[in-house]
Amino acid sequence: MTSAFTAILSRDLTLAIRQGGGIGTAIGFFLTVIVLLPLGLGPDQQLLQRIAPGALWIALLLSVLLSADRLYQTDHDDGSLEIMALSSTPLEIVVLAKASVHWLTSGLPLAIAAPVLGFLLNLDAALILPLATAMVTGSLALSLLASLGAAITVGLRQGGLLVSLLILPLYVPVMIFGVLASSGAQTGIDNSAKTLIVLVAIVLAALVVTPFASAAALRSYMR
Amino acid sequence: MSKITFHCCLFALHTARMKISGQQLACERGGRMVFTNLDFTAMAGRMLVLRGPNGAGKTSLLRLIAGLAEPAAGSLVFDRASLPADTQLGEHVHFIAHQDAIKLYLSVEENLKFWSGFLGGGDVAGAMQAMNLDQLGGYQAQLLSAGQKRRLGLARLALVEKPVWLLDEPTVGLDTASQKLLANMMTLHLEGGGIIIASTHIDLPIKSSDILDFAKIG
Repeated sequence: MTSAFTAILSRDLTLAIRQGGGIGTAIGFFLTVIVLLPLGLGPDQQLLQRIAPGALWIALLLSVLLSADRLYQTDHDDGSLEIMALSSTPLEIVVLAKASVHWLTSGLPLAIAAPVLGFLLNLDAALILPLATAMVTGSLALSLLASLGAAITVGLRQGGLLVSLLILPLYVPVMIFGVLASSGAQTGIDNSAKTLIVLVAIVLAALVVTPFASAAALRSYMR
Repeated sequence: MSKITFHCCLFALHTARMKISGQQLACERGGRMVFTNLDFTAMAGRMLVLRGPNGAGKTSLLRLIAGLAEPAAGSLVFDRASLPADTQLGEHVHFIAHQDAIKLYLSVEENLKFWSGFLGGGDVAGAMQAMNLDQLGGYQAQLLSAGQKRRLGLARLALVEKPVWLLDEPTVGLDTASQKLLANMMTLHLEGGGIIIASTHIDLPIKSSDILDFAKIG
């Protein structure tokens, strides 16, 4: 089972680096949103500082959604998914491996880029560390939930919109606690440590539930 | 041809009395009955050839046997012989479908290495030799011709040993030399006590084969 997990992990990372599209698109989109925001809102430094964590989180969410529908698409189209389903490796392991690759190629690089791009939004320097921590943690849940949406819509040609609509409600709690954990004392009392724990709890719950749910969705589609 | 280092006799002892049979099988796809009242038996050491016009249900039957679809009626029995009793038929199956299950941005060798890793260890060099891919090992799969891609897909058969082979039009795109390679591989598999169920329009030179003609069933 571990060999199957590492096989998928190394294959998909190799593909992501060779094809370039996935990581590049996510970071490019993220950059575009963050660069355009201050231009659209005007040069009000205080306003920008106040909305910076929220704006970065929205941009992260949209960028992660952008690549979500393609999670199982190529494996489905070229027949690999069927062979994986037939093998003695549980589909849950396949799901976990695919979600890990999605996180490594979208959530993680974006979470690292966010504090840097935060300077464009006049992000408070004291918030860099909490923001990065919350984003690295929260994006794990985003990728796991994205795998669920992608698994449900795997056979649909234009599943992109449906994936977004399906997992949007599931992204709301990640978003709320993510922004709170990144905002420090901006809204009054500093609750970032407590909210980070809630965020971790959401990640753990997603880690337990989504592999089984995604695998069940993939199985029912193939039947 | 003699350089094929593909050995499938290892499981011969385990599969001597292995059998797959279906009684009164029916398959439904999108509200339409593809076939009904289908009976078949596939015995260890023999190949069952599926014949019939397009749309007769050859692929559907293969998917049904693999466990990728449920029969609408009838029963499918897998006599495991001495294979572990708690395993699904699908785990003992090599399913070669229309798609080759290869990644275009990986080289021939990387593709096989991935499946070897995923399926729990296999003979990559032997598989490349069995389908005459040794010279192409370093090439990215997107540079291969359709026939070469098919060969790469078929190389999975020699990569990991599985007692049951379900082949859906395995010869599509293959030249005569590659068809011969495939036939050799299939003969070796049957001699080792394996089962092959294949849909094909070409007469492969394989002696121990039975024919299931879809034109003759309701």
